[in-house]
Amino acid sequence: MSDHVSTVHTDEQTTTTTEAQSDEGASPVTNGAEAVVAALKNAGVEHLFGVQGGAIMPVYDALHAKQEQLRHVTMAHEQGAAHAADAYGQLTGEPGVCMATSGPGATNLTTGLADADMDSDPVIALTGQVPTDLVGHDAFQETDTVGVTRPVTKANYFASDAETVGDMVGEAYTLAREGRPGPTLVDLPKDVTNGTTDSVPVSPTTPEYHDIPETAAASAVENAVRALSNARKPLILSGGGVIKGDASEELRAFAIEHRIPVVTTMPGIGSFPEDHELALEWAGMHGTGYANMAISHCDCLLAIGTRFDDRLTGGIETFAPEAEIIHVDIDASEISKNVHADYPLIGDASRVIEQLQAAMDEEPAADQWREQCQTWKEAYPMTYATPEDEPLKPQFVVEAMDELTPEDTIVTTGVGQHQMWAAQYWTYTEPNTWISSHGLGTMGYGLPAAIGAKVAAPDRDVVCFDGDGSLLMTIQELSVAVREGLDITVIVLNNEAVGMVRQWQDAFFDRRRMASEYQWVPDFATLAEAFGAKGFTVREYEAVPDTLEAARAYDGPSVVDAFIDPEENVYPMVASGGNNAEFALSEDQL
Amino acid sequence: MSQGLDGPHPEARNIPEGRRSPEGIRLDPQNGADHERHRTVISALVQHEPGVLSKVSGLVSRRQFNIESLTVGSTTNPETARITLVIEESPPGIRQVETQLEKLLPVISVRELDDDAVRRELVVLKVHGEEPDKVHAITEMYSGTVLDAGPRTITVEITGDEQKIDDAIDAFAQFGIREIARTGQTALARGEMWTTDAEEERYERT
Ligand SMILES: Cc1ncc(C[n+]2csc(CCOP(=O)(O)OP(=O)(O)O)c2C)c(N)n1
Repeated sequence: MSDHVSTVHTDEQTTTTTEAQSDEGASPVTNGAEAVVAALKNAGVEHLFGVQGGAIMPVYDALHAKQEQLRHVTMAHEQGAAHAADAYGQLTGEPGVCMATSGPGATNLTTGLADADMDSDPVIALTGQVPTDLVGHDAFQETDTVGVTRPVTKANYFASDAETVGDMVGEAYTLAREGRPGPTLVDLPKDVTNGTTDSVPVSPTTPEYHDIPETAAASAVENAVRALSNARKPLILSGGGVIKGDASEELRAFAIEHRIPVVTTMPGIGSFPEDHELALEWAGMHGTGYANMAISHCDCLLAIGTRFDDRLTGGIETFAPEAEIIHVDIDASEISKNVHADYPLIGDASRVIEQLQAAMDEEPAADQWREQCQTWKEAYPMTYATPEDEPLKPQFVVEAMDELTPEDTIVTTGVGQHQMWAAQYWTYTEPNTWISSHGLGTMGYGLPAAIGAKVAAPDRDVVCFDGDGSLLMTIQELSVAVREGLDITVIVLNNEAVGMVRQWQDAFFDRRRMASEYQWVPDFATLAEAFGAKGFTVREYEAVPDTLEAARAYDGPSVVDAFIDPEENVYPMVASGGNNAEFALSEDQL
Repeated sequence: MSQGLDGPHPEARNIPEGRRSPEGIRLDPQNGADHERHRTVISALVQHEPGVLSKVSGLVSRRQFNIESLTVGSTTNPETARITLVIEESPPGIRQVETQLEKLLPVISVRELDDDAVRRELVVLKVHGEEPDKVHAITEMYSGTVLDAGPRTITVEITGDEQKIDDAIDAFAQFGIREIARTGQTALARGEMWTTDAEEERYERT
């Protein structure tokens, strides 16, 4: 099979192989690494995020000749590569590709994979591995990557020979995006990538017994529609699956035609325009009071593409306690996992909403309910105090930036209070404008995600709201943004603390602020300059709009260090495991 | 000190009285569903490939399913293997085990077996050999086989359903049991019924 691969007649080979292959642009391969790259090229991959290293070198070598088609973004840390690929994957809908070497490279990727797994983001990771005959011998830079990543990937593979490695990568790529998306990983021993082969990867297939359901059973749809039509207090809960399933448009049409109020989950932010009168914004621990009141009082909840995370539900006993639940999900194992579904509808979100749309001819008689929802909006407005003599309120900074930027601006965040303010005080009207770490809650997500987002969507504004703590976890990626000339704006809501922890300590640990306040933080503006980015500092209200505008106008990465009120807290808040209807509006209500 | 937001205090709000069970089921008087755990057997037909057992057991342990036993063995088709799980869960928990297992790539098909399924377990146990005649008698009573008999120990094998094995172990306890190795249950659907949905098309007559 590989006798002729050492010949130099590459041109001849190109012609024969291209003819033999149905895949357009399939090029000949001589070894496993080239087969890996050919599989990525087949799949239409344009960008990769990674860090070099010993065991992955053959794959990088194979990329050398393909740099024009497959652009590699060299990241500062593998965690950054995984987060960048994650954001890239969310925005393009195709798996983001990240690469790392064996051992420490692979373990550094793991946090990013776990993050993508929790948020069902399409990512494929390619990791180098020590040669097969050294596996299991604690060889230099050896880690059982497949073992380590098994619980945090949708599927993972150990490549065992050069012949099949290309197809394996193709399958992993397909799996990452099909059905419920998620991260996949292929571990690539060096002898496999160096091994000779001429097998060009074919178009990937996944096992036939893992067919993904497209539409829900007609009778199930009928029953669900009956329940929804008969409801007096209907509510839609739109989750991240609506965005991932490209179903925002269908969802909007359905909700608006039948005039059903909509709450979203946090990952579902942007699936329904927050400025629409039916919008109640997002529910859960720091969601709006009106969203949580509506969830608590509805009598029929049409939940789409959500896994009922405990940050959303609070205590299960009090979650939508009077509602029949219609649960639409592409993943059957989500049905009744956390909250019992009275009407499970398994299928693709957009297809199932179309089915509901077609079957629904009666609008629920819910005038009173809609009015009630408006009343809650008035009773629990999202406001904050802005005494001019106090330190800046973070909410003001978020709103000011929202005003300066176009509707399709992409917001990324770290994890903490700033993340909640960015979610609460920015008005999201489009899907794929809010990119954050939800399920895993990974500090340090924001900056590398902004990099991945900008690479995926170079024409859109990308703003990263970060905490001083979160930013310090991945700030080295600023070097990448500068190197790649990425025009992103990082706004540090700087409270010189890991603020969310400080808030919990104040509320639940008698104000014992153990390890949550920083005695000192770096000067982020100067730090930005050291990285070659543009740095700004802002402390006063009057200076906010101009500073933000200057940072936005700067053509390249910029960092705005915004000194905010270090004592500001996030409200509303549902205590962990509490009743959503009992959200606190201030500390003394907790 | 930072301020909160405006709006009625939690106590001033109308809060619904309904509740859900820990499984997220609405508790209403008419169908006050109580979900007791029961023991059941789940059979999974899987690709016979390295790592499949660790994938299955990893999933079971990560999700905190209450697993009693897990056995694995080959089938008529060299490409597939059968994993038999005995679990103790509530009905919603059992559905979860099934759907979660089905999601694993090497898992082809999963089914909870009916009550009439044929279930068997094997135990090898080693007792002290002071009363060999009695040991033989009890072994016979349970249709077992003596595998090894020496002056100090006797090792026997008993096959049967779980109850029979438990009873046998109780009966042997009088001699003093030194060691036990149990296989855990393995099972097939009774009669002509295929054990899982994917069985028939993968059947290879041997
Ligand atoms: C990697 C990681 N470590 C620890 C935590 C726990 N944690 C959650 S929020 C938070 C505070 C984050 O501080 P900062 O980024 O400064 O944001 P702030 O809350 O101050 O806005 C911490 C430490 C986490 N989510 N992720």
